[in-house]
Amino acid sequence: MEATHEIRNDAESTLRELFATLLEQNICHALMLPVQLSAGGGVAPALVRDRDRLADARPLAPVLPVSEATTAARLTRGDRQGVLGLLMHPCQLRAFVELVKLQQADRENVLLIGIDCPGTYELTDYVKLAREMSEPGEDLLPELRQGQPQPHTGYGFRAACQVCEWPFPAQADLRVRIVGVGSKAELVLQGRSELLEALGFTPAADSAGLSEAEETLLRERRTRRDEVFAAFSAGVHDMAGLLEYFATCIRCLNCMGACPLCYCKECIFRTDTFQHRPADYERWLERKGAVRLPVDTLLFHLTRLNHMVTSCVGCGLCDSACPSDLPVARVFRAVGQRVQGLFDYVPGRDIAEPIPIATFREDELE
Amino acid sequence: MERQMQTNSPLSTAGPPFEPRIIAFLCNWCTYTGADLAGTSRMQYPPNIRVIRLMCSGSLDPVYVLKALLEGADGVLIGGCHPGDCHYMSGNYKARRRVAILREILAQLGVDEDRVWLRWISASEGRLFADTVQEMVDALQAKGPNPFKGQWAI
Repeated sequence: MEATHEIRNDAESTLRELFATLLEQNICHALMLPVQLSAGGGVAPALVRDRDRLADARPLAPVLPVSEATTAARLTRGDRQGVLGLLMHPCQLRAFVELVKLQQADRENVLLIGIDCPGTYELTDYVKLAREMSEPGEDLLPELRQGQPQPHTGYGFRAACQVCEWPFPAQADLRVRIVGVGSKAELVLQGRSELLEALGFTPAADSAGLSEAEETLLRERRTRRDEVFAAFSAGVHDMAGLLEYFATCIRCLNCMGACPLCYCKECIFRTDTFQHRPADYERWLERKGAVRLPVDTLLFHLTRLNHMVTSCVGCGLCDSACPSDLPVARVFRAVGQRVQGLFDYVPGRDIAEPIPIATFREDELE
Repeated sequence: MERQMQTNSPLSTAGPPFEPRIIAFLCNWCTYTGADLAGTSRMQYPPNIRVIRLMCSGSLDPVYVLKALLEGADGVLIGGCHPGDCHYMSGNYKARRRVAILREILAQLGVDEDRVWLRWISASEGRLFADTVQEMVDALQAKGPNPFKGQWAI
């Protein structure tokens, strides 16, 4: 069901009041949402119970500094009271759903909240922008409504965002629609009738299908995606291309640490298996004559692909985390889409859909 | 008719063809036993294969296959029970998915996925095991050595 929400003053303060209602009406015991830090101009996720603290909330901030899904998963694991409201970017909502399937997060007593996403900036870019203007997220709304979000002049959305085909938070219990909502003075809320009523709205039936603006946005993203994938395949189609792609990798494992889906407390790459000893290096020297240090760069990425790419949501946090600016997200997204396609699987699309590596069919892949 | 290691491939122009090095991960209950049967029956097959025994093909993490390939193994053979006959019920079904994913990833990255073979060979199929090894050696000889051999900058 959906309901039209009139914007008072601006969208961001309207949303702040909406979230305040969630707390006041005891619909949520606490909320996780982006909050302006008092110093430095940065924005970070925060867990908020005190209604007054919501004054610093920035629900539209076009930035994804850390994996919201990882934090959300931790907040839901274990005994807790009340319903936890989690405002996350659409990619993080999908990652959260995957983490639920991996038994790392709990869907019960959780209210997932999502807002149509124009894309996000790298944190360093966002901080620069936030110094120049007070509400960067608000600026992006007019073009987002048309389904053609444009970054601020002189800035660009993160590469992963530019090819994201899932900017609408379909997994959310409460979705704030912007794309295709014609009037500048309105937002549309989507959710179950009981929820909309509790928030003080009169629910109406959902509009059928996707609006033209939504179609436009998806089309543009898919075109861009195909361009990026084609460029990737052209560059990486043999050993030389593959080695070149990862030539600047320094094996810091940051990409793995940033990834919402890499949840293993003891990744094999952090175990003794990869604590090589002088005798191992000696053997390699004998056979190869030289060995790049640190070792196992390609093995790390190939293994990580095999372990988690079926659940890769394309959030690009790996890109943002890489100190060498290696386009990690591109390889995971490009390879991921193909691998997921083998099983007609879209990560985070449906919580009831098992992860490809966690299930099988007796008649398949003959 | 027993088949032996080929020492003079008609395709080679300069000396004997290279000898592929195959790493085999064989499940204890089926393929490893089948390989053992080939041995006790004195079936002749190429010695290019180095066997690692696992309890189940489903316990094979792709990292081991990748390690073998990146270190220069010309081929990796994964042997398991026929679908439906897994000693642990469904291990081989999972192996089947994992290998499909692994091969797709390799293909997308320009690494020859046909160097990774998944074969269902039961404990009684000694002949099939020997023939499979011969088949794999022939195929890998035609392909040539793994370009990752000796690659130090990985």
